[in-house]
Amino acid sequence: MSADPATAALRAPVDISQDSRVARAPTPPSEHRAAARWQDWLFENLTRFFALLVLALLLGILAALGYAAIPAIDKFGFGFFATNVWNPVTSQFGALAPIYGTLVTSAIALAIGVPVSFGIAIFLTEMCPAVLKRPLGTAVELLAAIPSIIYGMWGLFVFAPIFGDYIQPLLSKTLGNVWIIAPLFKGAPNGIGMLSAGIILAVMVIPFISSVMRDVFEIVPPVLKESAYGIGCTTWEVVWNVVLPYTKVGVIGGIMLGLGRALGETMAVTFVIGNAYRISASLFEPGNSIASALANEFNEASDPVHRASLIALGLVLFVLTTIVLALSRLLIAQLAKGEGKKT
Amino acid sequence: MIDLYTRRVAVNRFNLVMSLATMGFGMFFLLWILGVLFYQGFTALSPSLFTQMTPPPGSAGGLANAIVGSVLIVVVATFISTPIGILAGIYLAEYGKSGTIAKSTRFINDILLSAPSIVIGLFVYTIYVAEVNHFSGWAGSVALGLIAVPVVVRTTENMLLLVPNSLREAAVALGAPMWKVILMVTLKAVRGGVITGILLAVARMSGETAPLLFTALNNQFFSLNMNAPMANLPVVIFQFALSPYDDWRVLAWAGALLITLTVLVINILARSVFRQSAVR
Amino acid sequence: MNEEATQQLVTRPQAAASTLPPAAPKMTIRNLDFYYGKFQGLKNINLEIGERRVTAFIGPSGCGKSTLLRTFNRMYSLYPGQRATGEIMFNGRNMLESRVDLNMLRAKIGMVFQKPTPFPMSIYDNIAFGVRLYESLSQRDMDERVEWALTKAAMWDEAKDKLKQSGMALSGGQQQRLCIARAVAVKPEVLLLDEPTSALDPISTAKIEELITELKSDYTIAIVTHNMQQAARVSDYTAYMYLGELIEFGETDQIFLKPKRKETEDYITGRFG
Repeated sequence: MSADPATAALRAPVDISQDSRVARAPTPPSEHRAAARWQDWLFENLTRFFALLVLALLLGILAALGYAAIPAIDKFGFGFFATNVWNPVTSQFGALAPIYGTLVTSAIALAIGVPVSFGIAIFLTEMCPAVLKRPLGTAVELLAAIPSIIYGMWGLFVFAPIFGDYIQPLLSKTLGNVWIIAPLFKGAPNGIGMLSAGIILAVMVIPFISSVMRDVFEIVPPVLKESAYGIGCTTWEVVWNVVLPYTKVGVIGGIMLGLGRALGETMAVTFVIGNAYRISASLFEPGNSIASALANEFNEASDPVHRASLIALGLVLFVLTTIVLALSRLLIAQLAKGEGKKT
Repeated sequence: MIDLYTRRVAVNRFNLVMSLATMGFGMFFLLWILGVLFYQGFTALSPSLFTQMTPPPGSAGGLANAIVGSVLIVVVATFISTPIGILAGIYLAEYGKSGTIAKSTRFINDILLSAPSIVIGLFVYTIYVAEVNHFSGWAGSVALGLIAVPVVVRTTENMLLLVPNSLREAAVALGAPMWKVILMVTLKAVRGGVITGILLAVARMSGETAPLLFTALNNQFFSLNMNAPMANLPVVIFQFALSPYDDWRVLAWAGALLITLTVLVINILARSVFRQSAVR
Repeated sequence: MNEEATQQLVTRPQAAASTLPPAAPKMTIRNLDFYYGKFQGLKNINLEIGERRVTAFIGPSGCGKSTLLRTFNRMYSLYPGQRATGEIMFNGRNMLESRVDLNMLRAKIGMVFQKPTPFPMSIYDNIAFGVRLYESLSQRDMDERVEWALTKAAMWDEAKDKLKQSGMALSGGQQQRLCIARAVAVKPEVLLLDEPTSALDPISTAKIEELITELKSDYTIAIVTHNMQQAARVSDYTAYMYLGELIEFGETDQIFLKPKRKETEDYITGRFG
């Protein structure tokens, strides 16, 4: 039996009638209980309100931009989106060039970015020594953290001159002579234009695509890969024949996420795309994207029709990215659901 | 048979080398961009950045008004977006769960997370700036806040979902009302992770230019008046970088460095100091 | 303490059953059914929980003993799709009615869980949290209440110099005793213990079993345990459950020495489960 006074005190029989501290807890007044009830009601509905606010935001953006774009649609009809003209002086606007520019730069970004992201994802999941995984993974994510205006400045002042002096002439000489794609590489090598913008965009979307790819690659059950290795497959064969088919839905989702980002990117593109309302076959030529058009012109536009046209451009961009991002999310969620795990 | 095997091995080696090369590609650009930024930016750094205002072209100056303006706008935006984001995140994790409102909100939230920031700026322009007919720091804060909210909602919900039900039940078993359970126990258990989410949102806001173009615009002079155009670093950098003036360009690089350092420091802080390895 | 612990594990400090005075029923359960969605987890449970006695619930995994315990404080009400029908009479009212104020119910019927769940606050605040829900005490009164609760849980000496430290900084056994102190601090009438020692080492288990024996002089206790020896050691009454049904209920000595039903005997002698 321990001589510990605390334990000894516990062992002594407790006379309940004398010990006021053991008396039943006082019942709080009914106001207190009612207060707790409406506090809970208030709190729950407060949180619900803000959740609904987020929900309403998307619709609000569509509505506000749609409404503000009406003057342009009124004047030009829906042909607005298919006409290539942009004349603030005569107040004639057609959105084809910026839309074309947005799509082409994003396509270039994906064409370069997807294979590179794929390679990075394979490297980090299959090849990388464990001790380097986290630092290298973080380094890739740093690419996403760098503000896009820095990409723009670097693009214009550092990348463009080098690109124009060395890479573009090289491309002209080589790919510029390959029969079918030759027209893409004609033109003055001044370092700016659609191709430059596309390349810089590619670097910007790589962290997003590769991060989704890494996440979905890690969902693959190890037993699946092990059984492939077990019959003598090489690493590449496991990736190509087991990992990729298993995750293809998620991979596509990741690519669409990158696309969504590329479509909407403003600063990096604005610095190097050349700000010309022009559609040309050559990627060396300057052009315009929706975002760069907005960034360059919106504050100077005094003509209400000009403004409305720009807002209509913004609406197109928003609708396009919303569709792409919605698809992305559905695809990624489908993969995760199929495995019963959360991404 | 030997030919097939040799070919497979060669293909494997080639692809793994390519994979390594892509990693190198990524690192190359990262180091190149950061290297250029640090080189150009550090040579442009000087104390006058913080003491002098943005100058007209051809004179010396600093970025003081832009720095102060940016800080103000981001701080206000944080105050606007944090409560909205946390409360909406609480709804998703604790009340809505798998209901229709919750599912739709999560879906929309994820879309807004990656939505083009220039469109957000345009939106705030049409509903606020155009209505009151002037640019303002408040509008800039609203635009940045709208970009931050989805980040905070997502991290808050993800963090709250990590809390085991037994902790919630223990508080409920004492008779605590739901709001106290959530605020004083559940949320508190993951406060590190929630703060990380807020910091990451701040980092994101600090680097955004496009949303400020049509809302806060810019201001050549020093002003603390949020109800008028407000100087801010990103728009100043945009204007100065694309100008033909050398001293303006130098200031643009300095500003770019400041922004990037801020973003990097916040990211490091969020990932290491406040990192939540487990529910505590 | 080690010798004492070993002693506790082997012998039963209880008085023989026949000397146990009859207890007034604190809670009366009548025709209780419980459903998870379409699945029926409890079937027609009828029993009485005696005041200031320890009632143990034993049975194999999935028999419904934890489910039953969680109907006593309406914990299931947190989860849509779970519902109970029947009566649980407590202080003259049926606790299953929807008009019942759940917060007040839980003030009077406290619960300790299998996994120790200290709140992310200091030890002091862990205990004060529950008290502050119902009473506004001065700083001194609160200090006194915290000390009282920790003493009741045999934790005061270990905790008194660490009151401002986080509750999470304690060992598993200490955390569980903190949870007991927290439950006791609001002065409930009934204490529900859901496998309180299954996550703990034998020494902590022994300390908590000792605690239960002390606490029953003030509180009515219902304990779920998968450890039959524990039930035999600490309880006055035992209920044996199987597949959602109450198979047998009686004084602990009788259940363990002379079970009336074959199913009970099979379980107790280890023929299954």
